[in-house]
Amino acid sequence: MSEKKKEEKKKEEKKYGFDWGLEPKPVYKPEDLKGIEYEKDIGHPGEYPFIRGTFPLMYRSRPPLHRIYSGFLSGEDTNARLRYLFDRGMNTMSIALDLPTQLGLDSDDPRAEDEVGRIGVAIDSLQDMEDILKGIDLGKVSTNITINALAPILLSMYVAVGEKQGVGKDQINIVTQNDILKEYVVRGAWIFPPRPALRTTVDVIEYCAREIPKASPVSVAAGHLRSSGATAAQEIGWGFAIAFAYLQTALDRGMDVDQVASFITFTFHNKLNFFEEAAKYRAARRIWARLLKERFGAKNPRSLLLRSFGGGGMEELTMQEPLNNIIRETCVALGCILGGVQGIGLCCYDEAYTIPSPEAQLIQMRTVQILMEEANLGDVADPLGGSYYMERLTTDLENAIVAVMDEVDKAGGAVKAIEDGLIQRICARGAYERQKKIDSGERVWVGANKYVSEGEEWDVKLHEYDPTLQERQVQKLNKVRKERDNSKVQKCLKDLKEAAVSGANIVPPTLEAVKAYATVGEMTGVLREVFGEFKEPAVF
Amino acid sequence: MSQQRPIRVLMGKPGLDGHDVGAKIVSMALRDKGMEIIYTGLHSTIDQIVQIAAQEGVDVIGLSILSGAHVPIAQKLIKKLKEKGMSDVPVVMGGVIPKKDIAVLKQCGIAAVCSFSTPLPQVVETVSKVAGTRKRA
Repeated sequence: MSEKKKEEKKKEEKKYGFDWGLEPKPVYKPEDLKGIEYEKDIGHPGEYPFIRGTFPLMYRSRPPLHRIYSGFLSGEDTNARLRYLFDRGMNTMSIALDLPTQLGLDSDDPRAEDEVGRIGVAIDSLQDMEDILKGIDLGKVSTNITINALAPILLSMYVAVGEKQGVGKDQINIVTQNDILKEYVVRGAWIFPPRPALRTTVDVIEYCAREIPKASPVSVAAGHLRSSGATAAQEIGWGFAIAFAYLQTALDRGMDVDQVASFITFTFHNKLNFFEEAAKYRAARRIWARLLKERFGAKNPRSLLLRSFGGGGMEELTMQEPLNNIIRETCVALGCILGGVQGIGLCCYDEAYTIPSPEAQLIQMRTVQILMEEANLGDVADPLGGSYYMERLTTDLENAIVAVMDEVDKAGGAVKAIEDGLIQRICARGAYERQKKIDSGERVWVGANKYVSEGEEWDVKLHEYDPTLQERQVQKLNKVRKERDNSKVQKCLKDLKEAAVSGANIVPPTLEAVKAYATVGEMTGVLREVFGEFKEPAVF
Repeated sequence: MSQQRPIRVLMGKPGLDGHDVGAKIVSMALRDKGMEIIYTGLHSTIDQIVQIAAQEGVDVIGLSILSGAHVPIAQKLIKKLKEKGMSDVPVVMGGVIPKKDIAVLKQCGIAAVCSFSTPLPQVVETVSKVAGTRKRA
């Protein structure tokens, strides 16, 4: 063979390997399990170190929740979509907020122009939360709210609606994402500098530990890191480092590890190789259990349980031939189920373009329902356990995760590594390398960079934004401002400010302000005055 | 022939959206091709973007928008550039932009639109091409 031909042949050869370093072998054999002892290293589902699952019967006793991220325009519009999904078997709610709400701006703020109700539902006051949740019994559903910087406000709104319904705090089942540290790396919905933000994060944990036993006040959304360039090892390693920053802050405040640990949950994102992803969840459970026990001295078995939501990041979807995204998300769901997650949140096939249509959301929900109830994939716990490949892959990935965590420890922990821009830099570099692989064709994207069908257009029905929404929302806001007891609002805002200054937990005064119909912008304004605003050191 | 200075690009993230992976990887790709990148960071306003573009004397303004607000943002930016006598600075937009909006954006005066799925080499080529219409001595 000529040199040129050899070179061409080399180019055509498929490259195997995971971006965290492992090149898998063509076949795995009994010798690959050498050094792995079932009783000591693996154990049964629901038993330490929980590699095979968080609970003994897994999905037989607890079917996975599926989150369908929904929210757009007004509270009424969002309520209608939620009811459409509930009528078809949705088993948990996940509310998407618009950007002004996430950043603490009222709908009449000049900075909110063009953004009100666009990528999520607009919330200015308790009135909007009442509209979203109208006719939904908060004693019977669980709800995820993707809110970070302002978790105290959204948590309070949910609690306040519960109170009006006669549902006590002890019955409320709510997840607030409340994972501010990753916002400084990716996603960018920060307001305050990291240190005060970390404090409000822990205020929410502390409040829930005391008052709302069924809440998940923090869902460390390491999946966002994965979607933005992290490997599976970095996703878990950085996610845990961030979780430990929250945990340590709570411990420094005098809380006990067993009071806090079970209130920290996770949201991860999958790529399509469901063997890698199943191994990821298995490895993560083992590391979490071991570190909580050995590093933090947790005594309560519940503290050792890693509870995670798995899902897809939009970066795996293609705009070309969008229906293929249904198959991609099925792979994501398989990784979640085979990995033993507690909940699943898939992307919709049209999500690379638009806010999902009701049909696309229905297909997303049906995907999980079909896998669980037609294919019966949940009948047996950890079905891949004991496989030569799966056990080896789990152990190898675990070693890679531990190496990432050691790196962060050396850099001074998650907060320092983020303040220094270390994690941002590695993440951006990872995203760049991934894109280059897509562009060169090394990473195949069927229908997008390989087997491309030129000239064929697929129709996707686009979500229509309502340009009159902002005006309607401002009218509603003005009505609230007019009808509420404004002297009471002023008093509540003063109390909130005092708590922020003194270092007291800000959730109780926030709840009072929310109940008095103080607006998101007013409450955030008070906190901005005390905490200041974050200045972004843009690094890449 | 005199040596041309490198193409200077302002990479902007207007509005409240914080998804900046696209802005960062496009910046890295342009930088790897020898261009100079000035990145505004997140949550910038149209006024800030135009002001930085003027101060830095950039050849191209790149905007990354994933919030769906690309049309009103484009209209406001182009208007502001006109007001400041900077209509000769070409603007390239990228992000989640549906096909049907591309014509609308071009009509507003956006020089080129790259999408979520445009390969980086093509983005680099687009930026070089629109920058080529300006003199760089």
